[in-house]
Amino acid sequence: MNMVDRLNALDRRWVFLLMGLAVAVPILWIGITGNTFPETPTPAAAAVFKAVEDQPEGTRVLVAFDYDPASAGELQPMATALLHQCAQRKLKIVCIALWPLGGNMAQQTIAEVIRADYPAMREGEDFVNLGYQAGNEGVMKVVLTDFKKAFPVDARGQATADLPILQGVQTVKDFPLLLNVSAGYPGSKEWVQYVVSASEGKVKMVAGCTGVQSPQMYPYFPGQLAGILGAIKGAAEYESLVNQSIGGDVAPKYREAQRRMAPQLFGHLLMVALIVAGNTLFFMGRKGARA
Amino acid sequence: MMLTRAIPLWIAVIGGMVMLVSAFLKPIEGLGENFADAFNVIAAIASVLGAGSLLKSNLSSISRRDAGWGYAVLVLFTFIITLVFGLAKIGVHPSHDFPTAAFSGKQETPDTPFGWLYEYAMVPLTSTMFALLAFYVASAAFRAFRAKNLEAGLLLGTAFIVLLGRTFAGVVLTGWLPEWASGLRLENLSVYIMQVFNTAGNRAIIIGIALGVAATSLRILLGVDRSWMGGGGQS
Repeated sequence: MNMVDRLNALDRRWVFLLMGLAVAVPILWIGITGNTFPETPTPAAAAVFKAVEDQPEGTRVLVAFDYDPASAGELQPMATALLHQCAQRKLKIVCIALWPLGGNMAQQTIAEVIRADYPAMREGEDFVNLGYQAGNEGVMKVVLTDFKKAFPVDARGQATADLPILQGVQTVKDFPLLLNVSAGYPGSKEWVQYVVSASEGKVKMVAGCTGVQSPQMYPYFPGQLAGILGAIKGAAEYESLVNQSIGGDVAPKYREAQRRMAPQLFGHLLMVALIVAGNTLFFMGRKGARA
Repeated sequence: MMLTRAIPLWIAVIGGMVMLVSAFLKPIEGLGENFADAFNVIAAIASVLGAGSLLKSNLSSISRRDAGWGYAVLVLFTFIITLVFGLAKIGVHPSHDFPTAAFSGKQETPDTPFGWLYEYAMVPLTSTMFALLAFYVASAAFRAFRAKNLEAGLLLGTAFIVLLGRTFAGVVLTGWLPEWASGLRLENLSVYIMQVFNTAGNRAIIIGIALGVAATSLRILLGVDRSWMGGGGQS
């Protein structure tokens, strides 16, 4: 067996080990030094920041947590940064979920951002978690005509009709801004198709989505979607904008996306190296077979 | 035949037509809303059916001693444990509003066994499953991504630009390019690919899908396509 054949038959556990090291070493390095790479925001991420920044103080915003712990590694940093900016701008935050575990993700983000750093915000008045509602697009159709019918109680079991934060809300059109963090179906695409398109321009939407989803969401930008955060890279760009605007010492939880860019860098470099190596072996093998 | 074919067909035809027309006619908007409510109720009932199907398929797998039947035992065990903790609200404290009512608390709170199952089983297990993808994609990158023809070569070239442009490597490798050539910097090329090539291709696909969905929906609403009722075939 020559060298090319040996490398072609390489045990894949060596590749797994390389990937493990490519991700683990930068994580440890960042953990020790606290350094992150600088980010230059792309237009799509800057548009998300601007959409939130443009809302006057006290505006009600709807945040849909359409993901679960499986995608939290990619999406949680952007959800945290979105709530951070909304709380900083003194917006009134209404959280909902169309994924069964999305309600838990909302609860976790509220605890991490609002309860920890904005204790003056009162539940039911300044923010609320309405939890999960089954029905996918069915729920979206109902919120277009009667929001409280789709969410009759909040996550604590209190009637939404009695919540001060929802006074005057008839339909989803009473939320000028919809922030959606989505890992798939139902998610950003369905919100665009069933709600934004039917809202007669009254609801502006920004979406944060996984890397797999983002190519499917770009066709809606900047028309139906005012901004997009594509995967952890988009989250890192947005996070840097939020942190710059707030200033001062930044807690590690508000730099999570930027911290994850180093493992992503070395993971991507390894992928490129593996593709180049695999193709080199492929062409060498083909040349040898012809000879 | 009446129960299994005709009634479901008429429910679909009437429900679909009402929901379609209610989007254009204000007076019957409420009727469309009622059908949307009914859809939500059916969606909730479907979860019960899903649980029944899970039990049935796993129990039959165990009774037949299929390959990997041990996993079916594990699925059933975790399913029943989660169901019991969730439904019976074991270890759930009463809510502040009704402190004397035993079942008034919410089981999702972190200090309950149901909450622990979520926090210490669901979260790490699902995160691990997702993280494993990185290892398998790396292995596939080495073994399967081959520039066998022009199309595959273009795909690989695009992948390199996006992979490098979405990280700091793009800045390091091409940040030296002068301002007039900044469009060729990897991070800008990556954005260009996403916003131009990807958008153009995806829009074409989306329009195609939309036309297909409209045509299929009409076939269902008019009763031409009945394959959704099971048994296959058309009228």
